[in-house]
Amino acid sequence: MRPSAVRLLNILVPVKRTVDYAVKIRVNPDQKGIDLNVKHSMNPFDEIAVEEAVRLRERLKDEVKSIKVVTIGPPKSAETLRTALAMGADAGIHVEVPESAPAPEPLGVAKALRAIIEREKEKGGIDLVIMGKQAIDDDAGQTGQILAGLMDWAQATFASKIVVDVAKKEANVTREVDGGLEEVRCRLPLVVTTDLRLNEPRYASLPNIMKAKKKPIEKLTPSDLNVDLTPRLETLKVTEPPKRVGGGKVESVDELIAKLKEAGITPVKA
Amino acid sequence: MFLVRSVSRTPVLRAPRRWAHSFPQLNSVTEHDLDYFRKILPPSAIITTLPPNPSPESELEPFNNDWMNKYHGKSTTVLKPRTTKEVSDIVKWCNDRHIGIVPQGGNTGLVGGSVPVKDELIISLANMSKVRSFDDVSGILVADAGCILQSLSDYLAPHNYVFPLDLGAKGSCQIGGNVSTNAGGLRLLRYGSLHGTVLGLEVVLPDGTVLDQLTSLRKDNTGYDLKQLFIGSEGTLGIVTGVSILTAPAPQATNNVMLALPKFENVLPLFKEVKRQLSEILSAFEFIDRRVYDLAIKHGQGRALDAEETEGAECFVLVETSGGNREHDEQKLNSLLESLMEADEPLINTGVLATSPAQFASLWAIREGLTEAVSKEGKPYKYDISVPLQKFQEVVDITREHLRSEGLMREGAVRHVVGYGHVGDGNLHLNVVADAYTPEVEAALEPFVYELVAKYNGSISAEHGIGVMKTHALHYSKNAVSIDWMKKIKQLFDPNGIINPGKVLP
Repeated sequence: MRPSAVRLLNILVPVKRTVDYAVKIRVNPDQKGIDLNVKHSMNPFDEIAVEEAVRLRERLKDEVKSIKVVTIGPPKSAETLRTALAMGADAGIHVEVPESAPAPEPLGVAKALRAIIEREKEKGGIDLVIMGKQAIDDDAGQTGQILAGLMDWAQATFASKIVVDVAKKEANVTREVDGGLEEVRCRLPLVVTTDLRLNEPRYASLPNIMKAKKKPIEKLTPSDLNVDLTPRLETLKVTEPPKRVGGGKVESVDELIAKLKEAGITPVKA
Repeated sequence: MFLVRSVSRTPVLRAPRRWAHSFPQLNSVTEHDLDYFRKILPPSAIITTLPPNPSPESELEPFNNDWMNKYHGKSTTVLKPRTTKEVSDIVKWCNDRHIGIVPQGGNTGLVGGSVPVKDELIISLANMSKVRSFDDVSGILVADAGCILQSLSDYLAPHNYVFPLDLGAKGSCQIGGNVSTNAGGLRLLRYGSLHGTVLGLEVVLPDGTVLDQLTSLRKDNTGYDLKQLFIGSEGTLGIVTGVSILTAPAPQATNNVMLALPKFENVLPLFKEVKRQLSEILSAFEFIDRRVYDLAIKHGQGRALDAEETEGAECFVLVETSGGNREHDEQKLNSLLESLMEADEPLINTGVLATSPAQFASLWAIREGLTEAVSKEGKPYKYDISVPLQKFQEVVDITREHLRSEGLMREGAVRHVVGYGHVGDGNLHLNVVADAYTPEVEAALEPFVYELVAKYNGSISAEHGIGVMKTHALHYSKNAVSIDWMKKIKQLFDPNGIINPGKVLP
């Protein structure tokens, strides 16, 4: 009897370069966008996705054949790929768009990812996509779901635990839902989106940073993938949240009551 | 004096004995004095437990006790003047009446310099908290002494400047106190000490005269530089009421990296190499020995490096860069790390580079959490000393060996002897972690540590000052001639000995 071909796992992790979460956001005077000339880093949810892919390999050893990271963005996004490679991914794909191009929207990104997955078919295909549940810049939170829809794949969103059984071609994913935790079993291929509690991303160690410099990054353009990343939405206005008004001090209880009345607060009738 | 020191056990207990002979004869604040203060100050600027309208004792507690609750004064009155003129009027009155004064800022000191020894009048500068001027071309800031360090940082941020001083207590400490104690802190390596960045001071002298040296000049070689006397004299020569200081352009990018070293001997060559390659963007170079790193991890301070990374490491170094151009800085840091990793005889085993602000903060948390980790492990005896860089490890090892030979390195006595500190500034924090504060451990440590420091021509107090805690040990770092001249200067400025009595000088 011929042994069944051992199917090894190929993982794709899409990552996005975003304004760093610690940066104080400033709205541009034209109210059409924010000041982007600030520190950027990898979208924190994507960092968790990369970490999870690397941990899967640590658990499953040789059963994980490859971990590829992909980003769509301006030339500087290559840094984000290097960070992912330093954390333990094997290779990168950079879909480069001009610095001045508007940020792509979830549908465009999902279509580009679909094209990438199609291209990878000849190299063994993709079995598992792990990606952030949302990017902290546009907070759209749609790309993973749209991708699963376009591919007609299973999806497990807001994951806080992932257990993959490569031989059975399935994964058990624990999801963070309103009422608590929900465990779902999905068939591969699968799209998983990560929630905060999934893991804590590692530091990039110096030897790995050095190694990452030698790992391959393939450069593509949207036209190589036959996708149009032109946004379909028009941003009308971006505004800052209202400034918090500080409190005041009162000298006596009477003054406090007077102020409360002034503010329209009345006692509850017993 | 020697006798007093050898029989004393805790600062709280020994305090009254030590100054009994040198504390000047001073008067207490009376109702008559309050009548005068009421004429020059509004009621809200006076807190007193004296009749006719006494405030509860509890209102004075934060002024009479230091934040560690280690030193306790018995003052009856706190005044909170709003202007230099008011300070001057108060001080003049006190000088005429021989009433002792303790100038107080944020009261965040570690050596008891800002709380009364007895019942001196407390002058809190908290109500003098206005920025007087800021020039965003030269970066020169002139501010009242009572400005809180954090609020000055916040004031400067939109102008793209940073204060040249940063320390853990920034949310409470005041710039006047910082200057009076010559606070060191985390940015010293980069911006130098306050002796360099302070350009001018306004000081109320012990007779009430206002010494106005509040210039905004970078260069001014005209006679004696009197302001330097008030920087670090811990309020014993006068009360700083205004500060003119040179602030620095805000760095646009910061990075940090934690390096694991196979042996201590590599720290200095590494420091040289890091300085050479990073030059102007190097902003911190902190040394952490292996034992205290393990304590920090054990007590959950920051996230540990992978065990793989730390295997065989004898000590760690945290390097921080801050500069004006992110790409440029990262390129410099990367080529440094590359050359360190690829050297034929590498100085480092390995290391980690923070790739996000969360990791940046996490690496700093290990360093900044050491103090807390040490306190959680046991009762720490803390020595803030300056010694030549190459002696850092030696001081720690010799102290440990000494305790071992005294039979104290054992369960129930001393658990750990650890070291960490600002290599960049030659400042070592030697910490001895004991199970309890006991006379035998203290007797084994003091004056042993002070004598050891004196042997290396080091300083027994690198950045914490003398206050009341270390007056008895001043002579280990300053010779008799120096102390004699300090006393003459004190006598000259303050013949009645009213300003911050019992502090600094033995």
